[in-house]
Amino acid sequence: MPAGPHRPSEECRRIFALLSEYLDAELPLETCDEIEAHLSDCPPCVEFLESLRRTVELCRSFEPGEMPGPLSEEVRAELRQLYEKALRGRPSAGAP
Amino acid sequence: MPATDAQQQEIELARRLVAGEPGAFERFVELFRNKLFQYSLLVCGHHEDAEEVAQDALFKVFEKLDQLREPERIRPWVFRIARNACLMKRRKSVFAPERELSLEELMPQAGEDGGQWKLEIADWSSLPEDQALRAELQRVVREAIQALPEIYKTVLLLRDIEGLSTAETAEVLGVSEEVVKTRLHRARLAVRQKLDSYLRSSRGNSSRGKAN
Repeated sequence: MPAGPHRPSEECRRIFALLSEYLDAELPLETCDEIEAHLSDCPPCVEFLESLRRTVELCRSFEPGEMPGPLSEEVRAELRQLYEKALRGRPSAGAP
Repeated sequence: MPATDAQQQEIELARRLVAGEPGAFERFVELFRNKLFQYSLLVCGHHEDAEEVAQDALFKVFEKLDQLREPERIRPWVFRIARNACLMKRRKSVFAPERELSLEELMPQAGEDGGQWKLEIADWSSLPEDQALRAELQRVVREAIQALPEIYKTVLLLRDIEGLSTAETAEVLGVSEEVVKTRLHRARLAVRQKLDSYLRSSRGNSSRGKAN
């Protein structure tokens, strides 16, 4: 563990700011290597990373709790009119 | 980030829609009205406002459909319209100013255990096995997302819930990719903090010095 006995190191703080990009594989390889080298010797950072990874999993499996009410026939008909107008306005529409 | 099956199906649906194929209109309205509603509900926070904003956005989608040149970009295109519809609604209401989240406030506290430092966080290791807890965590996640300041909430919603890429999210929100990354990280950290707090209070498993 790189820090003193009571506090995270400056390296822990630097890596803390990069963990989402690390999970999303959006960092340069060189930075990933630096993070992995730090993680190999810092169990608290590994533990924190795991809690963040599970948070992201939960967000990605988030299910909506409410649904919209039914769409009125009147609104549906207006939307369909707009749709048909848009189809006529598209470049390829009506081409032989 | 490769597109998921659901994203591919949405792109295929958009292709069928602009080609005027039978059934595409009904399916598109059903699917994207729901998406627009979920986005608006999380951003606006009220069911009635979300219904209104989602409907306004759906009208805009069809008004502008002749301008959609690349059906594979349907998702960022629709969400940009949703975002604008939410902003219009917001201009008509009184909103509290946006609050910035600092990294410092999102870092866990550190303590000491056996002469080494450790984090004062819950035990996250058993979550996948505990289905009942996962269902309860969904409620906590919802509340945590709803409590986020809007600039963070929209990024998390687009990136993690709707699965847009960083570049697509930046395009929808009109900000740089760096800003998207910064806001996404802080949004996730804030949700993590709420979940951690819930786990610690509900399971009584506060700090311990476990190392994975």
